[in-house]
Amino acid sequence: MSSPEELSPGKSGELPPLEELEVEVIAAPPPNPNRVLLDVNNVTLRFGGVVALNEVNFQLHEGEILGLIGPNGAGKTTCFNVMTGVFRPTAGSVTFDDKQISGRKPHQINRLGIARTFQNIRLFPEMTALENVMVGTDARHHTSVPGALFRLYRVRAKPDELPRVDSNNGLMRVWQQIRRVGAQIFGVSRHSLEEWAGERRAMELLRFVGIADRADEIARNLPYGYQRRLEIARALGTEPKLLCLDEPAAGFNPAEKEQLLKLIKSIRDLGYTVLLIEHDMRLVMGVTDRIVVLEFGRKIAEGSPAEVSRNPKVIAAYLGVTEDAA
Amino acid sequence: MDTLRDADEKRMNARKRIGDRWRALPKWQRRMVFVAFVIFLYYLPYLGIPGLRVIRTDYSESGSDWSSTLFLCAVYVLIAMGLNVVVGLAGLLDLGYVGFFAVGAYSVALFGASDSPVLKWIRDTWHLSEGWSVAWGLTIPIAIALTMISGVILGGPTLRLRGDYLAIVTLGFGEIVRIVALNSQFTDGPQGISGIPGPPGENADGTKIFGVIDIAPWYWLALTVMLVFVFIVRRLENSRVGRAWLAVREDEDAAAVMGVNGFKFKLWAFAIGAGLGGTSGVLFASKQAYIDPTNFTLNLSVIFVAMVVVGGSGNIAGVALGAILLTYLPERFRGFADYRPLAVGVALVVVMILRPQGLIPSRRRARELHDRQEEAQVDVVA
Repeated sequence: MSSPEELSPGKSGELPPLEELEVEVIAAPPPNPNRVLLDVNNVTLRFGGVVALNEVNFQLHEGEILGLIGPNGAGKTTCFNVMTGVFRPTAGSVTFDDKQISGRKPHQINRLGIARTFQNIRLFPEMTALENVMVGTDARHHTSVPGALFRLYRVRAKPDELPRVDSNNGLMRVWQQIRRVGAQIFGVSRHSLEEWAGERRAMELLRFVGIADRADEIARNLPYGYQRRLEIARALGTEPKLLCLDEPAAGFNPAEKEQLLKLIKSIRDLGYTVLLIEHDMRLVMGVTDRIVVLEFGRKIAEGSPAEVSRNPKVIAAYLGVTEDAA
Repeated sequence: MDTLRDADEKRMNARKRIGDRWRALPKWQRRMVFVAFVIFLYYLPYLGIPGLRVIRTDYSESGSDWSSTLFLCAVYVLIAMGLNVVVGLAGLLDLGYVGFFAVGAYSVALFGASDSPVLKWIRDTWHLSEGWSVAWGLTIPIAIALTMISGVILGGPTLRLRGDYLAIVTLGFGEIVRIVALNSQFTDGPQGISGIPGPPGENADGTKIFGVIDIAPWYWLALTVMLVFVFIVRRLENSRVGRAWLAVREDEDAAAVMGVNGFKFKLWAFAIGAGLGGTSGVLFASKQAYIDPTNFTLNLSVIFVAMVVVGGSGNIAGVALGAILLTYLPERFRGFADYRPLAVGVALVVVMILRPQGLIPSRRRARELHDRQEEAQVDVVA
């Protein structure tokens, strides 16, 4: 119900400072850093004779940014896919928020609170940016198909959730006023309430990632960098506890990478936990709290960025070493 | 062909501008225009405006009855709208849609026509009086319920399939329904069922309102039902349900990761599409008063899909136009009887070359064809 003019989208592509946003609409509940959110426990995954993951172990605490790095083919994305329910581990288990992941369907895992982006962008190309994010926000809504059709389930709305009186036209203002008062007296259908809340949240997320000025454009027509950010907004729309970013900086120039770094930091500031797969070492070193390094499906190192970058095994994996030096 | 295409592009741009200007109008003005258009639709059977008289199908000697054509158009628009939910919105190619049409038609026939085998059995079992039958008004909910159930029965096991595989299974479903109707005792087999009732009501002179001479009331009935379903489908389209359908159509895996239960929404699309098909089947059977299995051949399924594709899948106005053209044109040009299928075929090919997205494409043009190509490539890689 909110009109785009009123929200003042800000300069195109710029990330607005958090103070300018309605943070309470998009923030996650405050994290508890002592709580283990994701526990990857001795996960092994075999495809026939190929061992894609070999006894991988790591934990992720609430409110932290964990980097998952490794050379090409190290099993990063495979690890991701195990976590998001695409593959079932051959041995070991993945626990999220004290619940088993394996054996659940992708949409159920999303409801548990894991959202992800894709290495090769997978938006809904013929839907507008706003609709893309609203598909995400719908994940938390409860309106059923008959509910959307008959709209009989009435609920009381809080004053700031009611339709706004914002038209310039006098007659329309009267009509909007009548609707507002009507909604106060008779309540509104849960469908409408969720629709308004979803739109508001989606719009706010688009502002957060800095692309609100093109909310009504279909996703296919957005520039590449905007599509990447739209994917992040869509994932955040599902109100995740954990946001997994699969190479979000792929194809970015240094300036865009800098902005992405800022964006990831402010995502954490909103209270989300982030798992980041990335090739670009500068980005990973600059933003993560801890790093897990994989090589050939094995974890070879874990620790703070400084520790990891000094670790000889990691240097060997990335730069390669001669036989005798190893 | 290129010059043709350029010209078409120009027309397309002009139309886009018209569309933009239309969308820019205030909501109440658009509503007024819509109301005026609906009034015009109700007036159509008496169409006598000098310039517009040529569009009447009884304008020439050999033409067919105007009201009957209008009725048929309304019924087929209803079908195209139902199929549009399945094909255009949810992106599931259904080649057996005639199956639902048949289930709806047979529901009203078996529960409404007093000498149908099903009613005989009911009367014998519960010792009801001779001539007892279900009231016509009640057969509609029965038909909708039965078609939705058959939609779920078909969809439940098969919606795990994608693309072409689903199309083949639905193709089979359409044929199964027809062959069951042809070979079963309870449908009276190839004999068909006659005496299917229509809505009750009599004129002042004692003739039935919904009779066989004046078809205009039938048209108004079908038009009303159609408008009700336009309202219903639009309501679903502009809600999370519509968004979920589009998301599933565009990228099913990404939708699942975003928390959309694809199977559930696809099943709903199937059930709702089936319900619409069944309702139009009821109207069709009631007006015909007689149906047999030859009314429900595979040809019809193909024509239904053609209506959706020609009109512009995903857009109610588009599929309605497609349905009207494919129903109206053959009736209007009855004079060229022998060349009609040829002309329709050529017209279809031309439309598909010039406007692959259909005559009035939806704002988000359907991408099923494109997606399927991508899917095929992915399959090869995987």
